[in-house]
Amino acid sequence: MSEQTAKKRAVSRSEMTKWQWTWKEMKKNKVAYLMVFPYMLVFSLFTMLPVIVSIVISFTDFNMLEFPNFVGLDNYIRLFLDDDIFMTYSVKNTFIFAAIVGPASYLMSFMVAWFINELGPKVRAIVTLIFYAPSISGQAYLVWKTLFSGDAHGWVNGKLLEFGLISEEIQFFEDADYIMPLCIIVAIWTSLGTSFLSFIAGLQGIDASLYEACAVDGVKNRWQELWYVTLPTMKPQLMFGAIMSITSSFGFGGVVTALCGFPSTDYAAYTITHHLDDYGGARYEMGYASAIAVILFIIMIGANMFVKKILSKVGK
Amino acid sequence: MGKLRTRKHRVVLNRSVGGDLGINILLVILGLFMFIPMFYVIIQSLKPLDELWMFPPRFIVERPTLDNYLDLFTLMNDSWVPFSRYIFNTVLVSITGTVGNLFFSSLAAYAMAKIRFPGGKGMFKTVRTSLMFHKTVTATTNFILMGALHMIDTQLAIIVPAFATSLGLYLMKQFMDTNVPDAILESARIDGCKELRVWWTIAMPMVKPAWLTLIIYSFQDLWNAGSSIYIHSEQFKSFNYAIGQILAGGIARAGAGAASTVVMMMVPILVFVISQSNIIETMGSSGMKD
Repeated sequence: MSEQTAKKRAVSRSEMTKWQWTWKEMKKNKVAYLMVFPYMLVFSLFTMLPVIVSIVISFTDFNMLEFPNFVGLDNYIRLFLDDDIFMTYSVKNTFIFAAIVGPASYLMSFMVAWFINELGPKVRAIVTLIFYAPSISGQAYLVWKTLFSGDAHGWVNGKLLEFGLISEEIQFFEDADYIMPLCIIVAIWTSLGTSFLSFIAGLQGIDASLYEACAVDGVKNRWQELWYVTLPTMKPQLMFGAIMSITSSFGFGGVVTALCGFPSTDYAAYTITHHLDDYGGARYEMGYASAIAVILFIIMIGANMFVKKILSKVGK
Repeated sequence: MGKLRTRKHRVVLNRSVGGDLGINILLVILGLFMFIPMFYVIIQSLKPLDELWMFPPRFIVERPTLDNYLDLFTLMNDSWVPFSRYIFNTVLVSITGTVGNLFFSSLAAYAMAKIRFPGGKGMFKTVRTSLMFHKTVTATTNFILMGALHMIDTQLAIIVPAFATSLGLYLMKQFMDTNVPDAILESARIDGCKELRVWWTIAMPMVKPAWLTLIIYSFQDLWNAGSSIYIHSEQFKSFNYAIGQILAGGIARAGAGAASTVVMMMVPILVFVISQSNIIETMGSSGMKD
């Protein structure tokens, strides 16, 4: 008798519908749900929900005071057709920033990681620190403001005056001609972060025998080695690094505000992030700010997709 | 050892002198670009007042002094809110946020990496995708959410979101995937060990480098957090914010400003120096496969 019940209970997977099976698996792994719960709760609340809520709010005129009204695509239409500051400055500057800082920091991270890969472990550790330190040093980037200060106490102005190259100080962070290039330099300076470390680790992890095999197969110099062995082997790290670099280069804004004030002279370095701060943080036009956030979000995801496509061609 | 051998091997086979020279020159140039500004902050912080005002400004200090660091304390005591309060705030936020993040992330990472359950993969994919979300994108809506949760103007607004960072979970899960063998976990389970115990006593000790990396990332982030849109009350603001106020004093406070920057940056740098090899080890599994 008991044998028969046992047989009845042991229903095989093929006899169950997909949902029954899933439900059984879910019950069996209750503890797993318990384990992911705290993380997923906080994550959903402060990372996923904001994205969804932004999308919803971007179709309303929410201003934190009154009950929001549905306004359809008005916010987006206003953003693209009526908001001159957004179209002329924010979008343009954001793309210039991202197009220069993103690839520059990515390439520099990779190049430096590659250069130091063949150094001894001690030297490598020191060089790693020199390149990585600016990205973790908080407000240390404000030193650029001292170096390029608008009075004679700025080192650069001081030198230029000393050599008689200029007759009066250049207001680097107030002159629209200099703001953008300087901010780009500072951005690159602070950008050798997570992707840099990931590249170093990736290069260290490549199996030495791969290089030997390739040398036998006729790889002649380090450039061929790089293209045929190193890059393809490191693809996962390259992918991860790309995501980190792209995301931070599009979200760049705080440093500009700290260096040039808000808004920067003639909106010279005014990015989408600043526009977002202006409407969300200062004017509380949350509907409109959300539309800006959604656009920025779409741009970031789009850029990531684009780079993913490019990277998939590496080594082919 | 293996690396050493290849190095020699490669020098013989594939390395041109010109290439080596070019690479080293480029490395030195880039290194100077990174290092000089950092060096200048340190120099500035050691300059006595007359050298700070010297024209043209110089990259060396003739009579190094610690006056600026002492000044910092005076300035701190003059501030409206006692300076120790700012330091306390930053330390509190950094430590609680980091501990929470380590706990939440590693617990979830373990379940996603080592238990097969419906939805687990999907959850991880979502977190991985969210690496692409920059904080600024979610900040506006978070402000509304914080309001609804009555967390505006409390430090919870900074601490709680820090519990679940995408990067923390991502790195932890990737590292567990490669460094915790399923067989060991399986035998513990067969011995009747409960999943939570397996996580804590078997898996966690095996991923120490990932722990450290997560601690450092989380700590750096929170330690360097400046003014936040969620906090208006002066007594809840961070150390970094207070330093920004000192720096805003311009040239007159250049010395104290530089000193405070050095104090501020030394903490994350030291933490990194101590744990560098662990971080690099963790990053070894940071790669994204598809």
